[in-house]
Formats: sequence, C-alpha cells, structure tokens
Amino acid sequence: MGTFTSEFLQALHLIVTGDGDLWGIVLLSLWVSLSAVAVGAAIGMPMGAALAVGRFPGRRALVVLLNALMGLPPVVVGLCVYLLLSRAGPLGVLGLLYTPGAMVIAQTIIVTPIIAALTRQIVEGLDAEYAEQLKSLGLSRLASVPVLLWDGRRALLTALLAGFGRAIAEVGAVIIVGGNINHVTRVMTTTIALETSKGNLALALALGAILITIAISVTAAVSLLGARQGPAHA
Amino acid sequence: MRIVKSALLALLLAGLATVGAAQDRYIVVQSTTSTQNSGLLDAILPAFERESGIDVRVVAVGTGQAIRNAANGDGDVLLVHNRTAEDKFVADGEGVGRKDVMYNDFVLVGPSEDPAGVKGGSDIVVALSKIAESQSPFASRGDDSGTHKAELRHWQSAGVDVADASGSWYRELGAGMGATLNAAAGMGAYTLSDRATWISFGNKDGMEIVVQGDPKLFNPYGVILVNPAKHPTVKAEDGQAFIDWLTGPEGQAAIADFQIDGQQLFFPSAQ
Repeated sequence: MGTFTSEFLQALHLIVTGDGDLWGIVLLSLWVSLSAVAVGAAIGMPMGAALAVGRFPGRRALVVLLNALMGLPPVVVGLCVYLLLSRAGPLGVLGLLYTPGAMVIAQTIIVTPIIAALTRQIVEGLDAEYAEQLKSLGLSRLASVPVLLWDGRRALLTALLAGFGRAIAEVGAVIIVGGNINHVTRVMTTTIALETSKGNLALALALGAILITIAISVTAAVSLLGARQGPAHA
Repeated sequence: MRIVKSALLALLLAGLATVGAAQDRYIVVQSTTSTQNSGLLDAILPAFERESGIDVRVVAVGTGQAIRNAANGDGDVLLVHNRTAEDKFVADGEGVGRKDVMYNDFVLVGPSEDPAGVKGGSDIVVALSKIAESQSPFASRGDDSGTHKAELRHWQSAGVDVADASGSWYRELGAGMGATLNAAAGMGAYTLSDRATWISFGNKDGMEIVVQGDPKLFNPYGVILVNPAKHPTVKAEDGQAFIDWLTGPEGQAAIADFQIDGQQLFFPSAQ
C-alpha cells in the first residue's frame, strides 16, 4: 500500500496545483455526464410523469419496459451509438464520432430510462395521494403533472443523482464513441482504464479515489441545494 | 429545481462553447494499444503538431478493430502491425500507399518459476510446444489484434490446436496488451507481448522475459492513408502530411530517440 499512498498523494498534488491535463479530464467528465443528465431530465421527467398519470392501453407494459431499460449495458449502448455515428452509419454526416458530443448522446441514452422510471414511480405515489384534491381544484390529469413534479422535487433530485451516478461511473460507452483521445475525449473512467492497462495500478487507483471524491462532492452539493429549498416530500 | 436546472444549462452552454473553440484542424489516427501504452505517440506527436498545426487524435484499439473502424471511414490514417491485414485493407480499396514505419519485436514473458522450463530459449515454436505439453497456463489476447494474430501463427507452427485447449490452460482474455499482462501476472501465465508494452509496463510482478531474439518474433508496423476516393470525409492532405513526416527523416529520428529506462523500443524502417 506504500505505493498507493504515494501515488494518491501525487495525483492529489496534481489536482491541487491545477495540473492542466488532469483538470481538463475532470472537467470533461463532469461536463459530459452533467449534460447527459440535463438532457435526460428534459426528456425523462415529462415522460415518466406522463406515464404515471396517463391511463391508456399498454401502460403497464411500458412501465415494465422502462424499468428494464434502467439496466441498459453501457457497452451495448456505446456500440449502437458508434454504428449510428460512424461515417458508414446513418448519422455519419454529422461528424460527431470521437467528440464529446457523441459521449453525451451515449450517456443520455443510458440515464434517460433511469430518470424516467424513477420519476414515474415518484409521481405515481404522489398522484395516488393527491388525485382527489387536485380534481376538486378543477385540474385536468395533464395539468396536474407540473404540480406533482414540483411537489416531488426533492425526491426527483434523487432520481437525477441516480442518473448522474450511472453516467460519471460509466466507461463502456464513452470509450467506444469517444475513443479515449488525449485532450479531446479522455475522461476519468477512460483514463483509469488506460492507466490500468499500462500496469500503473497505483495511479489508476488514485485516479479512482479522486473520481469517487468528485462524485460525492457533486451529490453533496446538489443535496444541499435541495435542502435549502425548504421541506418538501422526500 | 430551477436553480439546479439553470446551473446545468449554464454548464452545458459553457461546455458547448469550449468544445466549439477546440482546434479545428485535426486528423484521427486509428492505431494500436502498443503505440499508445508504450508512450511512443505521446513522445513523438507534439513535434509534428507544433510544426504542422495539425492536431493528431489517436484512437488506440487492437489492430483488428482499428482496421474495421478505418474501413468505416472513421479515421484518416491507420498505423498498425499486421502485414496480412494491412495488405488486404489496401487490396480492398479501403486504404492507399502503405509504408513501412518501424519495427519492434515480440517477447514471450512468463512467471519467474518457469513451470514449462522454457527460460533462456530463443525459438518461440519450441517454447510454445513445451508450454502446451506441460499444460502451463497461457494468457492469449484473444482480441483479433496484431499480437493475437502473430501468436496464433506461432501456435500453428508448433502444431498445437489452441481452440481445443481454450478454457483450460489456454485462456483467451479478449483484452488489450496491458490488461492481458495484468491478468498473466495475476494467474502466473505465459503470454506473448510486444517488447515496447512490456518494457514500459508498470506491474511486472514476478514476471520476466523467457524467450526473445527469434527472427520469427519480428513485429513490423505500417502506416496507410484511408482511401479518400472511397471515404470522402478523409482529410487526405493533412493525413498525408502526417504520413510523410512519420516516414521522413524527422519522424524516423523521433522514433529512434524514444527510450524508456535507456532502452530503445522501436526501430525506424521507412525507406
């Protein structure tokens, strides 16, 4: 463990002294995963809420499907996005492969079902509690969606964090569609994979510790932000 | 929620701006893990990038995957080591103008205890036969890479059907060179590695070179421009500029100068 301690301190030193390369990697990781969560929330939250309050044939099947999609294997998502964005693929003209944009797309596909499924569950619970009340206020089912979403904002924050946690920890998809290109698409997880394959196990582990620290910091910051909004249903 | 959302949006926009401002003039080089894991490309590319103003973006995967990616048009230049596959790539019209760049060699590495008794040998075929006879664990890349293809050729010469032994003493990992070395160290197995990756590898843990110096272990690298006539998005001019530099006096000298622990890893071979 002696080497691990020294490698960790060295990696920490790079962070503290503002080493450009390491900071670039950290910031790109955050940017890609937070963007994916933002887009995933914009799509997944309305989708989940609609599924919670809507009453239509095939709804149960959709809910089951959505829950199953929470377990999408990142490497399969990466492969599909690669085939889509490859120059030989249908969206090849966009020239997005091996860019951070491609990584955001892949991670968005991974996190959207998570956010949508958790939103569905949260809103359904609130709906069961307040449906009568909302009805008496003269709100239609559809119009009650924003009210329910707002009421469940604390719990929904957890849904976003679940999505973020999945995205920031994911390596299978971004290494395929990003290519782990130095200074362009190299993020924390792909750096760890690269250092491991170089046999620099202590450095890889130190970078892993930093990744976990960053994930904890983001989660704590968001939770604090949520707590300051005052009490609401958790 | 609103604060979080606007913060996320701001971050998104800031990120897009940064990405948009990134250098526009670049080429994508599909290459192998050995050139990247050994540190060669990190050492020689900055000189070219400074001189030409062309950013070189390296995607380091196995030779097989690099060739398939390039055949999809996802790259401008291919830098790999499997002569048969390279010639096929050109013959198929996917690439043009293959050139020799450099060579290094493969080495057989294994546990210091040497259960198969092959240490000190200089004939790879004899060594592999002994490993098969003694059923000592062997870690294969198993990923269709240049190293994997070379390894399979030597098994064939030794008359050993490894497909038959797969899952017992012959273990196909489906992983890159570094990951395979890690696994070999972990299970006390022999494995075939390119010398460059082995020398720069940080987790040698009870492993050493057991067989080297066999001319059959020669490992040449070639560079090919992805055919712009077949793949119109290929940056032919910048890609060719890189190939010319790599195979020219400056690139060749940079390759020869690259050392780790005082050892030269790659030997320039462009004509």
